[in-house]
Amino acid sequence: MTNAAMAERTTIDAAFDRTAYTTPQAARANVGDSRGRRFAAQDRAFVAITRFFAALVLVALTGILVALVVEAWPALRTFGAGFLVGTTWSPADDVYGAVVAGYGTIATSAIALAIAVPVSFGIAVFLTEMCPAKLARPLGIAVELLAGIPSIIYGFWGLFVLAPVLQTQVQPLLAASGLPIFAGPPLGIGVFTAGVVLALMVVPFVASVMRDVFQTVPPVLKESAYGLGCTTWEVVRHVVLPYTRIGVVGGVMLGLGRALGETMAVTFVIGNANRLSPSLFAPGNSIASTLANEFAEADPVLHIPSLFALGLLLFVITFVVLGVAKWLVQRSAARAGV
Amino acid sequence: MDAFLYHRRKFANVAGLALSAAAMSVGLAALGWILWTLFASGLAAFGADLFLESTPAPGTQGGGLANAIVGSAMMVAFATFVATPIGILAGIHLAEFGARSRFASITRFVTDIMLSAPSIVIGLFVYAIAVATVGHFSGWAGSLALALIAIPVVVRTTENMLLLVPGSLREAAFALGAPRWKVSLAVALRAVRGGVVTGVLLAVARIAGETAPLLFTALNNQFFTADMRAPMANLPVVIYNFAMSPYENWQQLAWGGAALIALVVLGLNVLARVMFRDRQRG
Repeated sequence: MTNAAMAERTTIDAAFDRTAYTTPQAARANVGDSRGRRFAAQDRAFVAITRFFAALVLVALTGILVALVVEAWPALRTFGAGFLVGTTWSPADDVYGAVVAGYGTIATSAIALAIAVPVSFGIAVFLTEMCPAKLARPLGIAVELLAGIPSIIYGFWGLFVLAPVLQTQVQPLLAASGLPIFAGPPLGIGVFTAGVVLALMVVPFVASVMRDVFQTVPPVLKESAYGLGCTTWEVVRHVVLPYTRIGVVGGVMLGLGRALGETMAVTFVIGNANRLSPSLFAPGNSIASTLANEFAEADPVLHIPSLFALGLLLFVITFVVLGVAKWLVQRSAARAGV
Repeated sequence: MDAFLYHRRKFANVAGLALSAAAMSVGLAALGWILWTLFASGLAAFGADLFLESTPAPGTQGGGLANAIVGSAMMVAFATFVATPIGILAGIHLAEFGARSRFASITRFVTDIMLSAPSIVIGLFVYAIAVATVGHFSGWAGSLALALIAIPVVVRTTENMLLLVPGSLREAAFALGAPRWKVSLAVALRAVRGGVVTGVLLAVARIAGETAPLLFTALNNQFFTADMRAPMANLPVVIYNFAMSPYENWQQLAWGGAALIALVVLGLNVLARVMFRDRQRG
């Protein structure tokens, strides 16, 4: 649909180029009055104005990268590449390294995706293949509405409701497995809980992207498979999934992009501790939660630049993840001819 | 042998579909649980005080969220006021003049990235340009951060809506001798104004609950103020601070604030949906 509309717009543009309506000579030749020229001038001004605002958007948004690099420079100069591999984050000693926060960001996002991807996949399959058409719309809308709830609500709820439940019901069970990642006392707050809250937050988002992608499968393909005697599950596995593979991966990466940069859902429950621990039950810090916790009271000499360097790192990671995700989703949409 | 294969396929089908249905019910149950606890505990904190009193000092009883509600409303209103025209004009450029240009496709890509970029990074950016340079936190800075988050939402919905306008409508206008700017503004944009308003509503819903970028731009203010040059109280940051506090009444207020934000955001989303559906039908 989008591509067709684009093509149409291109034809209109081309028609304007051919008749050269916007050049003064043509205006004179065609109409011979001053109105044609006036319109041409107005149009040029209009194009220029809208282009100015589009450029403003581009400049404002790319200016972010420049500002981050400039502000982070003192820290980057002091620590160099050591910032990326430094395992100490200590405002008291003025020594800063990104590993603790980076680990927290990656660990919480990994837990979130491990839970959210299968659940979202199930929801998308349910909505597109199993659900009666009457229910599919309201349920789909409910999922989309939940994707719009501010993340602070998830974090707040995680702290007061989910953390105690995980502490008393879930963590003891996992601890009984004896794995080192589930070692230590069940505190309720920590990397594990942050991952679970993040998962809840990205499920509606990933599920609605997956559902949209699944809906691009031409019905003829599915009907052919059913005609050959496939079961619904076989249609999903051998027709829908192969057809939408790229889009599904793209959707998961969009969810990953959200999870990596999410601040409030994590800050409430991660425990705010700047040390590395092999156990997921231990409190930790992610890049975003470190920024949220420390920035307003940080010392401007080296602490603030180090926080900016963390922000830069986060921005670069999410930019790459989201860029790849966009490209994949677009490729899958283009293939589906939408 | 055939019977075995047949049963295995049947079993795989039932198992797979049962797991999908289970995922749906687990997902819905979890999300229902969130909303239920939120409203059950949050609405209990609702009362006249919540809207009329300012945030209480540590250790005092009572109090409300009036300063935070007014602060949030002012910052969101100003951000919307700035983001709407910029977003719509930029969206017009992408849709009307950007079909073939490289500049437009780059802008489109960057806008898409910004739609889901971490909002806390936008807070950092605004801190660098509007707090560090001035020397203190302010409501203006918070507003600016919110505007930067709202702009991409408005740009993308405006563009997508304009692309829905049928070419024949434009051609008819051109045939009547209308200049391009008039076709864009008075015909195409007018035809999809419901959709564009929907985009603005979604942008408001998006920024109303944003917390991260306000933490170090608007900061917080214990007192009532309508002065955007000073640090300004706002609902999300008050919820965050109060939820983390040891005081019972502060936590109660945080529940009330959270329920209020959830109500406003859900309401805006529903409104946007209803409006858009009506426009499409009509």
